Amino acid sequence: MSVPTELGYTAEHEWVSVEDGVATVGVTAFAAESLGDIVYVEAPQAGTEVTSGQPCGEIESTKSVSDLYSPVTGEVVEVNEVLESAPETINSDPYGLGWLFRVRVSGEPSGLLSAQEYTKLTEGED
Amino acid sequence: MSESAADPRPTALRDVHERAGASLVDFAGWLMPLRYGSETAEHKAVREAAGLFDLSHMGEIRLTGPQAAAALDHAVVGHMSKVRTGRARYTMLTDDKGGVLDDLIVYRLGEEEFLVVSNAANTAVVAATLAERAAGFDTEVRDESAEHALLALQGPRAAEILAPLTDTDLDGIGYYSGHECTVAGHPVLLARTGYTGEDGFEIFLRPAEAAPALWEALMAAGDPHGLVPVGLAARDTLRLEAGMPLYGQELTSDLTPFDAGLGRVVKFDKEGGFVGRDALEEAARTARPRRLIGLLARGRRPLRRGQDVLRDGEVVGTITSGAPSPTLGRPIAMAYVDGELDTATGAFSVDVRGRSEDVDVVELPFYKRQS
Repeated sequence: MSVPTELGYTAEHEWVSVEDGVATVGVTAFAAESLGDIVYVEAPQAGTEVTSGQPCGEIESTKSVSDLYSPVTGEVVEVNEVLESAPETINSDPYGLGWLFRVRVSGEPSGLLSAQEYTKLTEGED
Repeated sequence: MSESAADPRPTALRDVHERAGASLVDFAGWLMPLRYGSETAEHKAVREAAGLFDLSHMGEIRLTGPQAAAALDHAVVGHMSKVRTGRARYTMLTDDKGGVLDDLIVYRLGEEEFLVVSNAANTAVVAATLAERAAGFDTEVRDESAEHALLALQGPRAAEILAPLTDTDLDGIGYYSGHECTVAGHPVLLARTGYTGEDGFEIFLRPAEAAPALWEALMAAGDPHGLVPVGLAARDTLRLEAGMPLYGQELTSDLTPFDAGLGRVVKFDKEGGFVGRDALEEAARTARPRRLIGLLARGRRPLRRGQDVLRDGEVVGTITSGAPSPTLGRPIAMAYVDGELDTATGAFSVDVRGRSEDVDVVELPFYKRQS
């Protein structure tokens, strides 16, 4: 499974891309594939503060409910509205149209895994 | 090491599933395909075309002998001696308090021969209980689960796919009938039964080792008709839409068939007593303590088993099965509520992890095929 090299990752299977102090957050293809069809996403609302490593929402598949963890600290500035009516976009395009939310980060994100480190992690779980 | 911690047992089709890219999971001690790709797509394929399922985890218990029918009449709640050869019946095995030990499909294969199909998790209990209850009768009870593979071909295109592969006239096999015949050259018991709400067939095959060849033959014949392999995830949403109970969720040993709204399967007008009769007569007379209802969510947040159902803010029941319905496009659930509850009035909601989701009480089943 492809793991884009330009993104940062967490052990909770989220990806992060930071540009001009705004982090875009999503879940990885590995997570989407393991969960099955995503049917509901409860992302943090714009304006709320999220803290790195803390639960900030839920993602539901046909069979299960999982917590979303914020990979960064800061204020949520945008939520992907496409997911409200088409949560399956996460399955079809996890690194693109299926992004979850954007955060204006306070400070540099730390503790993220590289694509190589994340790939190694998922190989251990598969 | 406990039994449940042991490695799950593969079916004869394990390699076939792996080649097809299945996610395999432990289900009732068996290594079963959960899904091959998108479970929603698999669900829709069964509603619109056809799906092929590996159900080899289910139990097959054969009763043979002059008193096989009498033994079953004594052992289960249904009137099995009245079932004609070639026909099948949905029935239940209860304990002496009327609590459901399993729900079963029983096929009458001959005057002195029946095949009882049980849920995987209950096969050992069903086989042991039938053997115990049949002890005073001239019949042999044999658990043949390990020898059988079971494939299900379900969906509106199922008959069209199967017809060229079999020597039997499918029009002659009505719903809840079963015939011995050949499919793709394999001798099988071919039954018009299923757990999806669609027309379809269940194919019992011995020996189980022949299953990969039969599977491939069916997939090849079905390919032009849109046949896809379907895993247990879609099987669960299909049966939920069809309003069919699942043992362990809608049916448990704490409930009688009357509690589950399935009292019609209990036949008191048969000769001789049967196990659980007194308790079931009592259950039939008294008001049902619970009733199974259907819920349709107004929002998109999935409803799940175990969540409380409220009427005007007051807890009145619990969800037994819940999932997003691919056909209706909204979450659905079955729930037990107090038997006396007025469901025609009041505002219903479900407590989804502390948040209230509005739902409507709807008739079961959620989905009924156009016939």
